[in-house]
Order: sequence, then C-alpha cells, then structure tokens
Amino acid sequence: MIIRPYGSTYAFFTPTVPHMHFLTVVFTDYTLRTVALGAALLGVVSGVLGCFAVLRRQALLGDAMSHAALPGIAVAFWLTGQRDPLVLLIGATVAAWLAALLILGITRASRVKEDSALAMTLAVFFGFGLVLLSALQKHPNAAQAGLKTFLFGQAAALVERDLAVMALLGVPALLCVALLWKQFKLLSFDPEYAASLGMPTGFLSVLLTTLMVLAIAIGLQAVGVVLMSAMLVAPAAAARQWTNRLSAMVLLAATFGAGAGVAGALISATARGVSTGPAVVLCLTAITLVSLLLAPERGLLWSAWRRRQAMAIPE
Amino acid sequence: MLPALEITDLTVAYHDRPVLWDVDLRVPAGVLMAIVGPNGAGKTTLIKAALGLVRPAAGQTLIFGRPYAEQRRLVAYVPQRGSVDWDFPTTVLDVVMMGRYGSLGWLRRPGAREREQALAALDKVRMVEFAHRQISQLSGGQQQRVFLARALVQDAQIYIMDEPFQGVDAVTERAIVALLRDLRTRGRTVVVVHHDLQTVPEYFDWVTLINVRRIASGPVQEVFTEANLRATYGGRIAFLGRDGVGAPGDIATGPVAPEGMAG
Repeated sequence: MIIRPYGSTYAFFTPTVPHMHFLTVVFTDYTLRTVALGAALLGVVSGVLGCFAVLRRQALLGDAMSHAALPGIAVAFWLTGQRDPLVLLIGATVAAWLAALLILGITRASRVKEDSALAMTLAVFFGFGLVLLSALQKHPNAAQAGLKTFLFGQAAALVERDLAVMALLGVPALLCVALLWKQFKLLSFDPEYAASLGMPTGFLSVLLTTLMVLAIAIGLQAVGVVLMSAMLVAPAAAARQWTNRLSAMVLLAATFGAGAGVAGALISATARGVSTGPAVVLCLTAITLVSLLLAPERGLLWSAWRRRQAMAIPE
Repeated sequence: MLPALEITDLTVAYHDRPVLWDVDLRVPAGVLMAIVGPNGAGKTTLIKAALGLVRPAAGQTLIFGRPYAEQRRLVAYVPQRGSVDWDFPTTVLDVVMMGRYGSLGWLRRPGAREREQALAALDKVRMVEFAHRQISQLSGGQQQRVFLARALVQDAQIYIMDEPFQGVDAVTERAIVALLRDLRTRGRTVVVVHHDLQTVPEYFDWVTLINVRRIASGPVQEVFTEANLRATYGGRIAFLGRDGVGAPGDIATGPVAPEGMAG
C-alpha cells in the first residue's frame, strides 16, 4: 500500500517525461532534486556511521534500533497529531535509543546473551509499533500522514522541510565523526587500550551509538524501518573490500551509500508502486556483490585466481 | 624511594566468585617483574584492575605514591594481541601512532612529530620496514612487536604487558627480551604477565606468584622457590627443576579476556 500525500510530487508523472533527458530531469525537476538530495544525504550519513557499526560488530544493533524506531514515530504522531518530520524523527530517535539502552541493560543485568536481547527487543518494539500503526488508522489524519510509508520508505514523498530536518540531524553527526575521528577509530580497534590512555570510552561508545541512531532516523522516511539497516551495513561491507585504510573505507562507504540511495530513490520515484527501501537495497546488493567478487586482494575471484596460481607453480 | 606501583587490598569478583582476593603488591622502580600463576589465577585481571579497566570490589592502586587516575600518563599498557581484530583497516604506523592519542588532547590529530616518534619506536622493535603494511598481513610475533612499539611511543615510566611472549617466534622473543633490558637500563619499570616458568630467572629480576591470592612477591632469587611454586600451582607442578620439561600448560588469561586468536 502506497500513500502519496503530496499532490505536487506527481505532476512529474506525465506522458511527456520519458522523452526528457533523465539527468536534466533530476536537476531541473524540483521533486526529483529533493528526492535525490535527501537520498544522497542519508546515504552519506549512514555509510559513514555504518563503517563504525560494522567494525565494532554492531550491525545487528543497527537493525534492532531501526525496527525499534517504528513505535516512536507512531507515538509521536499520536501525541501531537501532526506529521511534522522533526516531531516524528524525534520520536523515532527516542524509541531507537531506548531500545539500545534496553539491550545493554538486559545483557548487563541478566544472563541473557546479546543476540537474544537484540532479537527480543527488535520483536517487541516492532510489534508494538505495528499495533500502534493499525490503531492509528482510525485517526482522521493517519492516512494523510502516510505513516505506513515508514515501513518500506517513500523517498518520493520527501519535501524541502524533510530535507531540512535530515540535514539538521545529519550534518552535526558527520561533524562529530570528523572532530572525534581518532577517538572513534581507537574505540573501534582497541577499546581497552583507549581506556588505558584515559579516553572516556563509555561516553564515546554511547555517543557513537547515538550518532548511529541519528543516521537511522534520517533514513526512516526515505528507506523505512525494515530495510534501514542495509543502509548501514552494506556500504561499509562493500567499502571494506576495496581498501585497507579506515579513512578511505569511510569515504567509499559514503559514496556507495549516496549512490545507491540516489539510484534507489529515483527508481522508486519514477516507477509507480515501488517502495524506496527495496529499490535502494537492490542497488546496494549489486554494489556489495560486485565488491565481494571483484575487489583486489579480498575479492572471491581474486583469491580463487591466487589459489590457482599457487597450485600451478609445482607443475 | 617510592615504589613504582603499589596495589593494596585488591579484590575483584565476577558474579560473586572472587577472582582476586585481597592482593597486596609493591613493585620497586626499575625492576623487570614477571607475574606468574596457573590458568584462571587472575593474572590478567590483576593488571586490568591496576589499570582501571576492571572495576575492583575493593582496593587501590598507587603509581609513584599517587592515585592511578592522576598518574595515567606514566603508565603504558600492552594488551594481549588476541584482544583485537587484526583485520581492522589500518596500517602498522597508524597503530603505533595510537600510542600518542592520550597526549594529543581531544581534537588534535597526530602529525609529523607523532609520525617520527612512531617510526623511532618501530625501529626499536625492528619493524620499520613494515610501517606501511596492513596489519592483517603480520605474523603473530610482528603483531606483538607493533603493540610494544605502540606502548613505547607513550614514553611511560611503567610498562604493563599481558603475555607478550605468547605464541611468538624466536626472533620476536629475543627482540622483546632486548627491549625489556633496554627499558630497565633507562630506569623504567616493567610488569609482565608471563607463562613460561623456565625463562623467569633469565628474563626477570623480580617475580610475583599469584593464584587468586598473592602467594609471594620479591626478587627472583628469593621468592622463585620450589615451595612457593608448589603453593601457587598445587599438585600440578611435578617438574620444577630448572631443566624441567617445560612450563605448566598455561596460556592463561583472566576470566574476562578471550583466548588469544591465532596469529
């Protein structure tokens, strides 16, 4: 089910469009430009923070947190009755953050292991979110608010105000990573050594997780809670294949994320009935597959070729 | 003269099980000290508690007479090399420069000076030619030497090392021994969690034997005795002669630390 609340968005879907040059359309059409910009921004932010999530082995935490954001969106809408992106994203951020705290609390206080705590929290929050969503269908503004697009994402629904909110959350997050680069790098590589140097590793760890939550919140509207974790994990995993330096990995992941974000958003905006989340994930999958197969040194084809070379020498 | 490291009444427990019980330890400045004990004796936990990485139930650590938190700059830590993921995307030089992060403050990035210091430290462990190597391409011994170089750039007074000889090649073992002696010559204090009892008298001049409690601590000639070793290792030590078959099978880590990964 796809709800398209903004009439202006669809003026673009007229028979004249296919004859125009695609790129010209992207840069001149207001809606498509908004969509592309939004998708690029979220791709950069999630690509950058995804690198740290992957290197700290927190990819599943990202998945749990993005699912857990759903009830936050529903509650925020229910309490305020408005579809203002800032309000909804604050709700999403709070819920995702609470989920992260809950997971940490469960693993610390009980004998339940982290994977079980992740799975439980994800299921409980997401289930609660779905229940709230169905309950809210009775709300007079719910259909118009397009809450269901938060499940699988609808980049075509982005307007300028959404972009502003995304930038408001995303730019400070990126700035934070740039400023605390060495702290985050050491925290990801060797947290105990970081603590022995006197770095406040507890604070830094919470901060990095919070930035991850922001990256997720930015992507929810465009990509949706279900597939948002792919935006974190896939660009980072693909980028790791091509480089042995963290800085290069982060830049490359940002590029992959932005590329796949824009491509997926444009595919879904130009083809009727395709949610953005799945379209973005398919683009990311293509990038990741190519990286896994072809990357020098780490790629599967490369190592297969190496093995053949090694076998060939004795003869 | 103040002891370099003084630990009093240190008790650490996990889930109500004591891992270290009321341990007192005085390490005079300028000695090379080994900490030995069987698997699960709390050796790693002892140094982690001293470094504030594990929260003790009781006890305090003084560095040259003042609390550890004030004296952190004087202490450098060399963790077990198995404690990190060596597939992390970074180079040897970059890892060694991490040793300077503590002195750089919050926002300064390492620059040319840090680079030079890192290269000098790599030279000391004979790893300069590996400076730009990706860390996943190193052997176990080379990884260990990178960790040592990272501690060296801290230019500390006290070096605390967790199993630096664990699973390293002969070249690395000799390099580490030379490094330890060099540190002692320069008046530094070195505390090493060690597992090979046979090399204790050769490499170290001070030794602490622990098994949850401190059994003995002092100069090797005085406390590294059969009676103390028997008290530390219990019945498991039947081959104590200096030319015995080998050390008790002990690749011990404290309960918190994972087993070392393959190099």
